[in-house]
Amino acid sequence: MATTQITEASIREALIERLKASHVEVQDQSGGCGQAFTAVIVSTEFAGKPSLRRHRLVNAALKDEIAQIHAWSARCLTPEEWEREKLSSEPRLGS
Amino acid sequence: MFARTAFARAFRPLATSASAALRPIPQQTANQIFLSLTARRLLSQETRKAIDQAVNSTPVVLFMKGTPEMPQCGFSRATIQVLSMHGVDPEKFAAYNVLEDPELRQGIKEYSDWPTIPQLYVDGEFIGGCDIVISMHQSGELATLLKEKGVLLEQPKEQQEAAAVEGEKKE
Repeated sequence: MATTQITEASIREALIERLKASHVEVQDQSGGCGQAFTAVIVSTEFAGKPSLRRHRLVNAALKDEIAQIHAWSARCLTPEEWEREKLSSEPRLGS
Repeated sequence: MFARTAFARAFRPLATSASAALRPIPQQTANQIFLSLTARRLLSQETRKAIDQAVNSTPVVLFMKGTPEMPQCGFSRATIQVLSMHGVDPEKFAAYNVLEDPELRQGIKEYSDWPTIPQLYVDGEFIGGCDIVISMHQSGELATLLKEKGVLLEQPKEQQEAAAVEGEKKE
């Protein structure tokens, strides 16, 4: 039950190790106090899975981490989706 | 300003129609409920039943921090804004404020196997949290889902509000 400090790096490492993520961007939005994070996660594990199942995979992989922090937000992409997004010059904005 | 009042008025009756176990409880009592970590982690039959009832109380159910009129978290606020923008029928919507009840706050996470608030249910089915609602909004999936489930207002929202203003004038 040790509450180790959650950091961008620790989340990143956990996702690479536990979800075989090929690319991870984590941002601490709490100004360094380790309370609110947002992430882009790219993994082949997401292929063929709807959004809800992708998020459930991440939630399971980061169960202890998410329980310790205040806010968590993620986008879960397959490598193909990530490539497409990088190539697209259009920003991903809502309608 | 009126739009907000109309929105608030429309949401209030359903937002307070929670079952007994989900009613707001005084802060002292609330603290006593936090017995131990172990006790807190077990979702009691009673809590599960109360959440079952809440989830099935109406077609669209949101567990959130704060109220639709006054969300107390940016993620809850964003989710309410999206639902409002789509014109979800207030008669078919209920919001439950997890900050009013520690049992609900912890229980809903286990019930849905989902670690964060808000949580959206449509027709008793867990849809997701804020990230999923926003991405479904952007992709058009949310509009399709809400339309298919028949939970949107007949008229566009502006017309509803215009009608409401008209009603006020006559009184």
